[in-house]
Order: sequence, then structure tokens, then C-alpha cells
Amino acid sequence: MIRLINVSKDYPTKAGPRRVLNNINLTIQPGEKVGILGQNGAGKSTLIRLISGAEPPTVGRIERNMSVSWPLAFSGGFQGSLTGADNVRFICRIYGVDFEPRFEFVKDFSELGVYINEPVANYSSGMKARLAFAISMTIDFDCYLIDEVLAVGDARFRERCKIELFEKRASKSKLIVSHSHRYLKGTCDRFLLFRNGHIEEHDDFEEVYFQYKALLGEAFETKEQMAAEMR
Amino acid sequence: MPSSSSPTGSLLRSSSWEITRRVIGALLIRELLTRYGRNNIGFLWLFVEPAAFILIVTVVWTKIRGVHLTDIPIVAFALTGYSSLLLWRNAVSRCIGAVKSNASLLFHRQVTILDIFAARILLEITSITAVLMMLTIALWALDLMVLPEDVLQVIGGWALLAWFAAALGMTVGGLAEKADVVARFWPPLSYILMAVSGVAFTVNALPPAAQEVILWVPMINAVEYLREGWFGSVMQAHYDIGYLATVNVVLSMIGFSLVRQIGTGNATGEE
Repeated sequence: MIRLINVSKDYPTKAGPRRVLNNINLTIQPGEKVGILGQNGAGKSTLIRLISGAEPPTVGRIERNMSVSWPLAFSGGFQGSLTGADNVRFICRIYGVDFEPRFEFVKDFSELGVYINEPVANYSSGMKARLAFAISMTIDFDCYLIDEVLAVGDARFRERCKIELFEKRASKSKLIVSHSHRYLKGTCDRFLLFRNGHIEEHDDFEEVYFQYKALLGEAFETKEQMAAEMR
Repeated sequence: MPSSSSPTGSLLRSSSWEITRRVIGALLIRELLTRYGRNNIGFLWLFVEPAAFILIVTVVWTKIRGVHLTDIPIVAFALTGYSSLLLWRNAVSRCIGAVKSNASLLFHRQVTILDIFAARILLEITSITAVLMMLTIALWALDLMVLPEDVLQVIGGWALLAWFAAALGMTVGGLAEKADVVARFWPPLSYILMAVSGVAFTVNALPPAAQEVILWVPMINAVEYLREGWFGSVMQAHYDIGYLATVNVVLSMIGFSLVRQIGTGNATGEE
């Protein structure tokens, strides 16, 4: 279980501290899949980083009694001047796991071919996403934090990620930040909608997506219209 | 596909010391690879770079002999002086900007800012210590250098200087993280410190009044102590080891607290 208790987070700006998250209370049970929606800059990635422990909250406390992955995002967790293979090695070292079997999996899943031995800085964003996703799948966590990485890459990559995450690791908790209804619909049990530093809880995807679109200024007139659009 | 039985279990079961050791080890290798790559002689540059530096300075000094005003053989004098300088100067310059170039790794909860500094400092201390030993043996074999008269005292002096280098590295690196201006002022400051750190002179060669003043520079105390251990019979050393140890303790506390402060962006302490 992961619990956030009265968590707030400020970031310093030239105009003084800016509160990105305001008094968040949240509990994530083992095995729960949580979808996270909100505008850019609403604090979604901040929440993910706080839960991962990469950053501490300004106020409040976070309890974790399950193992939590690092935030699986485009930036972070990688060293651009190192090759893909070196990054896999680094991760294996700091998590204290065997390299060889995991490297086989990463090579196979990422489909980077010879690029696995090139610096990550030379990768396209799709290649980076494939590598990031593959590496994070090699370490066995109770809870995976996925920040937008699924959005890049082609349909095939997304399909394979879905299999790894929701079929092979069906029993694990997941927090997934995504703008795409294709990922959240049918895969998540709960949804969090960010609005002005607060979080609204929703159980129904149609409802949360409808409100999210309204928040973006792309509101549908009715949910029927939205459903038609999504197909 | 890796089996899902143990991996994070082993992470969770490990003691924090075990995790720190693992992380620093991984950072050391990462540092070697990013700095030197796998081309030509690769990580051997780690040793070749300072060795070339020390050798060039030694040759130059030998040609303009007489500047150091002691009976210490010039090659030995240059080697002890320059390796001492490189120890603290490189430790500090490697710590400046260390966090920025490793920021993406802080996504992993077990990687702390202290680990990043520790890895860089360890790498500098190791390489320069190795260079000092290898050059000493090589130059001794060529009859250009004597071996230390008192090995333990040399080790002690070197260890005190390495401790100073580590503490100064964390302090300046930590300050530079808080204010960019520190990173800009360090190069000129290090030149001034170099001039007064005893690289190119012995304290005994100065007038008595100047001796009093110069011993306030922490590293010169270590250099004098080390040289006394090396060439005790041909030099009159001046130092205050108690003062140096005090500086080291105070600087270490400042360094650790600075690293802790900037590390609040990466703390694990909230559990």
C-alpha cells in the first residue's frame, strides 16, 4: 500500500514558491491500476516523482510498504552519453540483479538492434521510450509508475507494452499518466483528475474523460458524442 | 524474461550500506565510461592524464632548477608537490557540476547526491594516489627519486590531504549547486590557493613572519608533513597537524550539511 498524507509540494520560482500540489490525500492498494489525467503543468509528473521518492514532499508524508519503480518517463533514469547497454548495466548494478538475462530481454523487447551499443543521446524519442520501458520491466516492482512514455512509439509498441503491463503483470499496481484514452479506458480501476492543484477521484472513465476534455477546452456536448469520437 | 521471484526482494532486504556500496560502485564505472569512453586507451587516461601533467611540470622545474631553495632533489620535490596539488584541485573541480550531470540518475531512489559526490571524489583520490605510486617507483628505478624515509608518515600526510580534498570538494561542490557564482570563482581562487599551498616552495625557505601566516593555509600543513616523512633528513618541516585535522572536521561537517541540503531534492527519509 502507498499512502500520501496531507502532501503538498512547492517549487521555487523567481516570483516566490509556487504550490504545484495542494494537500493531497491518496491511498493506492496493492494491485490497483490508477489513471492520471490533467492539463500540462497540473502536477501529474510531480505526483509521480513524489510517489517514487525521487523528490520529497514540501509538506506531509508518504508511506510506502511496497516496492515502487522509478518514474518511467522520457527524461530521467538515463545517462545520454552512455549506450543503451551501459544503461541496462547501470540499472542492474544499482538494483543488485543479474545483467545477462535482463539484457537479453531488453534487446529483444526494445528492438534497438545495433543501436543498443550507441549512446542514448543519439536515439529517437521512440527508441528512448522502448528502451526505458524495457529496462523498467526487468526489475520486479510491486508498483510501476508510468509517466507518458507509452504515448510515443507505434501501435505495435503500445500493444506490446499493454501485454507486458496488463497481462504479464496484471497483479501489480500501476499509476499511469496519459493523455490518451486508448491507454486508460478499460485498463484502470480508478482515475485521478487534476484541477488547480487538487485531485478529483473518479471511478468511471467516461465521466472523467468528459470532464478532462472540458478542462482542456475541448468539451464534447454529450457523452454519446464523445464515445462516438473515441471509436 | 527475468524471473519475478527475487529482484526487488534483494533490493529491499539489502542493508543501506550494501545499497550505498552498490550505487557508488555503479557510479564509478559510469563515470569512467562517460569520461573516457571505450576508445583508444579508455580508462587508462585516468592515470595517464595526471601522470603527464606531473611529468611535464617536473621536467620544466628541473630545467629551471634552484627555485625551490631546499636540498630536496628537484624531481622528488616536484612530484610530491604536484600530486598534492592535483589531489585537492581535481577533487573540487570534479565535484562542481557533479549533480547536474547526474541529475537524471536521481530518479532512482537509492541514488543520492552524496553517492554522486563520493564516487567522483573516490575516483580522483584513487587515480592520483596510483599515479604517485607508479611514478615514484618508475623514477626510483631510473635513479631520479628516493623512496620515502618514513612510509607511515607519508601515508598519514597523504590521507589527511585526501580527507581535506574530499571535504573541500563536497563544500565547494555543494555551494556551487546553491549559487552558480561559486563555480565561476573557483578557478581563480584555486590559482591563488595553488600559489600558497606549498607546491613550489618549502615553508622553511620563507622568512619567519611569513611562515606564521602561510601555515594558516590548511593544505600546506599536509604537504610539509608528507615531505618530512619522505625526505626528513634533508629538510626542516613546519606544520600543525592538529590545525589541519580541525579544519578537516569542520569542513567535513559543512560539506555534509550542504550536500544534505541540496539533497532534499532527493531524500529518502520520509518513510
